[in-house]
Amino acid sequence: MADRAARGQAHLWVVQRITAMILALAVLVHLITIITAVRGGLSAREILARTQGSEVWLLFYVLFALAAGLHGAIGLRNIAAETLGWRGRGLDFCWLGLGLLTAAFGIRAAFGLYA
Amino acid sequence: MEQLKVSVWRGEDAGGFARYDVPARDNQTVLDVVTHIQRELDPSLAYRFACRVGMCGSCAMTVNGRARWTCRTHVRKVVGADGALELRPLANLPVIRDLAADLAPFFDKWQRAQGFFQPKDAPDGAVPDEFAVVAPGSKARREADAGIECIGCAVCYASCDVVAWNGDYLGPAALNRAWTLVNDARDGARGERLDAVAGDAGCHSCHSTRSCTERCPKQIDPSGAIAGLKRTLFWESLLGGKRHG
Repeated sequence: MADRAARGQAHLWVVQRITAMILALAVLVHLITIITAVRGGLSAREILARTQGSEVWLLFYVLFALAAGLHGAIGLRNIAAETLGWRGRGLDFCWLGLGLLTAAFGIRAAFGLYA
Repeated sequence: MEQLKVSVWRGEDAGGFARYDVPARDNQTVLDVVTHIQRELDPSLAYRFACRVGMCGSCAMTVNGRARWTCRTHVRKVVGADGALELRPLANLPVIRDLAADLAPFFDKWQRAQGFFQPKDAPDGAVPDEFAVVAPGSKARREADAGIECIGCAVCYASCDVVAWNGDYLGPAALNRAWTLVNDARDGARGERLDAVAGDAGCHSCHSTRSCTERCPKQIDPSGAIAGLKRTLFWESLLGGKRHG
């Protein structure tokens, strides 16, 4: 008798846990890259040399942006529900939309570095 | 310290504290204090108890800000240096009067979490032909054993922040009971039960802050049980595991 709302909430939970696992690795790679990049004398040319035309970096940052956008939005949804009492399926879709929008900004930036 | 200074909640949700002086004794439980007040000082005081030996789960109250079973709580372990004792009804529940909380929402949620055994072999109530063979050392049996001694005192429910934030949340005791049944090989309602405990009103709202586990007078670990439900639902929703049947 599981209603669809409860199933959707459980799926949001699963997405948040999986994105957390992705972020744990992605943030690590990101930080190591920052440290390495700074040591190499941080410049736009140097960054573009690494990312332009590299499918691996594109894939990495698309995944990173997607995980960050969704993870953050679901977290905000939970905070809003528990502290402000903002609940409901309509709001869930708003949060999902916000997460995907945030991710879209990140993905656009990743494309900018790739192209 | 010869007198305990006892503040007792009087009235319903809107009420206030009344002060009573109760003689301190060497061996005295909080329930003894409440009984003394009702018998000797103010017969109009409402409270609830039955067995007095930690079996029935009736006498839980908020003692100095913390939910406890009062029949097994020694005064000397919880009293302040000045002999102050503050008694309230359990939190997160409507107050009937004085120290008696209304446990109806608590038990309604046990029902909603499908916290009742539904025999697999005999849905019509007939006696099954064969006994189920459950190895005492099996993982499922040990998981069920860990949570089976719940006396339904609602101490965990009153201690849970998520219940305070979300009135629909099923709470630690109901979810713990559901987990014992999910691990019961003889039960036939595994799928329905896992559906009933999923989502924001169920296990997925738990923050694992473990107040329930810390305060359970029976040393049960509802927080661990809820984690078990989350784990089971995670893998079954990811791998499309067979929940029904």
